[in-house]
Amino acid sequence: MNQLRRTFLKLSGAALALGAGLLKSGAALAAVWNKAAFESKAVADALKNLGAPNLIESKDITITAPDIAENGAVVPIAVTSKIPNTQSISIIAEKNPFPLSSTFDIANGAEGYVSTRLKMGQTSNVRAVVKADGKFYTAVKEVKITIGGCG
Amino acid sequence: MSGIRSSIAAIALAWVSALAFAQGSAGDPLAVGRQMLAEDNPGELWIDKGKQLFYAKRGPNSVSLEQCDFGMGPGKLEGAAAQLPRHFPDTGKVQDLESRLLTCMVRLQGFKHEDLIKRAISPGGSSGSDVEALALYITSRSNGMKVNVSLSHQQEYDTYKAGEYLFFRRSGQTDFGCVQCHGEANKRIRLQDLIHMTDKKGAQEVASTWPAYRGAHYVVRTMQWRLVDCFWQMRLPDMKYGSDLSVALTTYLNYQGNGAVIKVPGFKR
Amino acid sequence: MSEPMKIRATLQVDTADVRILMLHPMETGQRKDAKGAIVPMHFIQNVVVTHNGKNVLDAQWSQAISRNPFLGLRVKGAKVGDKISVTWTDNKGDTRTDEVAVAAQS
Repeated sequence: MNQLRRTFLKLSGAALALGAGLLKSGAALAAVWNKAAFESKAVADALKNLGAPNLIESKDITITAPDIAENGAVVPIAVTSKIPNTQSISIIAEKNPFPLSSTFDIANGAEGYVSTRLKMGQTSNVRAVVKADGKFYTAVKEVKITIGGCG
Repeated sequence: MSGIRSSIAAIALAWVSALAFAQGSAGDPLAVGRQMLAEDNPGELWIDKGKQLFYAKRGPNSVSLEQCDFGMGPGKLEGAAAQLPRHFPDTGKVQDLESRLLTCMVRLQGFKHEDLIKRAISPGGSSGSDVEALALYITSRSNGMKVNVSLSHQQEYDTYKAGEYLFFRRSGQTDFGCVQCHGEANKRIRLQDLIHMTDKKGAQEVASTWPAYRGAHYVVRTMQWRLVDCFWQMRLPDMKYGSDLSVALTTYLNYQGNGAVIKVPGFKR
Repeated sequence: MSEPMKIRATLQVDTADVRILMLHPMETGQRKDAKGAIVPMHFIQNVVVTHNGKNVLDAQWSQAISRNPFLGLRVKGAKVGDKISVTWTDNKGDTRTDEVAVAAQS
């Protein structure tokens, strides 16, 4: 879908919502989808397009994920950030064809915690990138992907 | 391809070492992933679908399933799945949940049996079949209850013995019986661990976790599907959905699993 | 026609533990159907979660999020009865909103 149509739909959706009084005060419009970052094929490019070329290793980020995942199509990943003023959490599967899988912007009292499930094509490092107070922090965990069953 | 082989070999070595090093609860490297997936199971979305289908007027007769008797009386679902398979006087047969469901869909709603069998197993990635959703809903009404199969009727006992015989019988070009894969501890196919069904705990897991969301298929699967697929994997002739053979094996396995607490949908790879 | 989500929001002390199950194909645009034709990309790009009308989470997703996706988050300063609303929007412009009230821990 081209950018213009997508923007139009987003704006018209928002306009309808405003008109119907559905958008309450304090509710921001959804963030624009970061096409450049999501379409990056190299981890370095994805990070650059996230605005995070320099990462600080942090022990205050915990990645909860299986050491070995039975099914690469449904790999559960949870990221907890204890870094104060966490603004966003991004999840990168380094060996995926498009490494950036998701970015979560956190606001208004949500904890620095997200949990979801990824498709992973192969055993790979899963990297969490946390933005806090304008700086970028990172942690990494390897998840092994197995093949099971008769085929 | 050699990359995958050496990768599997490396993982197998790591996994087997991990298991050998820490036998018991702490040693299972697949446990974390399984628990995370089971806690939030997409299969739950099919319970509501099944409930709607159960109470909707459907089929040529435009009737709901509320008069269906699963052994506790017409329309009584609480605890019904827990005592299946069992003998039914109106059909004169021992029936499992799915074959009994098909009986009701035919007799009450006017569906054709052959049509139901054709669509009972939905394509992977689809929105699922009515039979799958209904089987899940009906079983979910026994959640928290213990599997409680009785063999007090002679036919129930005979069916159980037939299932036991079938579990151990080797046949076909592979000379496989269920027991080859499921009769010992710590067996696996590639990196898929195989449930030890001649062990009480393994049998209880089988009896209490179907229907289940099959992660790789993105739909809810049932015990009948599991048997059909196992027969296919063993390169045996196609097992007919709802057949006496399937009821016999299910009776044997569920009875062996008596006492297990039902918790559906399960989550399978 | 989008399918309803299943949202659980349980209060733990003063934090709502929110778990959302969605039904969506999350097609990558790489998969071929039975006839060998490419199944076009069709995936949720954005999920917004609000707490009593205020944005608490704004997620951007790629097609690498699993089919029938799951989202878990935690909202501080919640009370029983507070409204949690979830809206997803996919790359075709389809959207769905569901909402629940925060429940006490059972």
